[in-house]
Amino acid sequence: MQMHVAKRVEIIIEAPLERRLLDTISEAGVTGFTVLPVLGGSGRSGRWSREGQVSAAGGMVAVVCIVRPERVDKLLEAAFEVVERHIGVVSVTDCQVLRAERF
Amino acid sequence: MEAIPSIMAQNLLSPIVLSFALGLFASLARSSLSVPEAAAKALSLYLLFAIGFKGGASVAAHGLDGSLAASLVAGVALSFVIPFVAFGLLRAMTRLSAVDAAAVAGHYGSISIVTFVSATAILASRAIDYEGYMVAVAAAMEAPAIIAALWLATRAGTGARMDRELWREVLLNGSIVLLIGAFMIGAITGERGLKEIESFIVSPFKGVLCLFLLDMGLVAGRGLRQARSVLSPGAFAFAVLMPLVGAALAMPVAAALGLSAGGTALLMVLSASASYIAVPAAMRVALPEANPSIYLTLSLGVTFPFNLALGIPIYIALAEIIGGV
Repeated sequence: MQMHVAKRVEIIIEAPLERRLLDTISEAGVTGFTVLPVLGGSGRSGRWSREGQVSAAGGMVAVVCIVRPERVDKLLEAAFEVVERHIGVVSVTDCQVLRAERF
Repeated sequence: MEAIPSIMAQNLLSPIVLSFALGLFASLARSSLSVPEAAAKALSLYLLFAIGFKGGASVAAHGLDGSLAASLVAGVALSFVIPFVAFGLLRAMTRLSAVDAAAVAGHYGSISIVTFVSATAILASRAIDYEGYMVAVAAAMEAPAIIAALWLATRAGTGARMDRELWREVLLNGSIVLLIGAFMIGAITGERGLKEIESFIVSPFKGVLCLFLLDMGLVAGRGLRQARSVLSPGAFAFAVLMPLVGAALAMPVAAALGLSAGGTALLMVLSASASYIAVPAAMRVALPEANPSIYLTLSLGVTFPFNLALGIPIYIALAEIIGGV
């Protein structure tokens, strides 16, 4: 089957910033993304868990976008505006997709 | 008036405080007991709706006068002023940076709605009436502290930002919308409306509150376990002293407003409590340089249990003296 090269950008960010991040990357022309709940984890700011959160403030979400390689820089520049000062992880990995016209 | 130790003893052995203690113990003992996020959210929606509705129905039954507007203004002023007092105390008592101190101060100016709800349940069990509109005062006291905290942080040289989107999120956050919305529904439908849904929002209220506090105990215990390093003796002392200072500031204000003993106790509870819902979210957006484990641990891990176990009985006893009950 024909496969096409693409980039998978995963941004794990504090839940209160989710809407800002989605608005920013949408404005940058990236309209396809998936938001995933994140159960818990640990990082420079200590351990955290989604269980029993009384507030979204301590939670995190993962935003996953798959884009063509030539569009990844524009996406990262837009995302960086939001995530620069905040707790989170941005990673880019190579991937392959089946239907290139969708990305 | 009953002696403070007697009210405290009754309070410590109430199902509400014991449920919180159970959650705290389970968490500190690393038990597998947990409340799923969605269940915790549902419990908090129920509590906000019930307390808002009952407040509105009470206003409909007793009528409105100028004291509502005066209490709202006083609540906003207290919420704005308390962070400056807290900031001064933090800088004197701890080694926190100005940014962290500003963020913590903002939490203490704002309010904890669960502490407020617990106080109303304790007042109800002691048959002490309070002004129904105190629910609206609680909602009004959420935001001004955020502005004060960001001003303090800006003075400290950070790029704290309060943009339009953040204003919208703070003023229209889900808790405030539900609380005020339910208050309006209660005020519009009055006693008749309350009677229609009484079996849902009155009888199960305390049981739901116990379950919610069980979860709060779990969250507080988890926070304490993971953030022991931020709990310096100075910070711990601040988290116990500040609620008493906040309550002391509210006491003369309540007397000047002519609030009942119950209303006075609730204004003291609001001024003594520290936010862990609206303010942390606003601080994560506007002041990301501040360490969240400091303000969440102090607010949820120390001040909330202190108020629940010891603070509320003290405020009620003092309010009874002022209110002459």
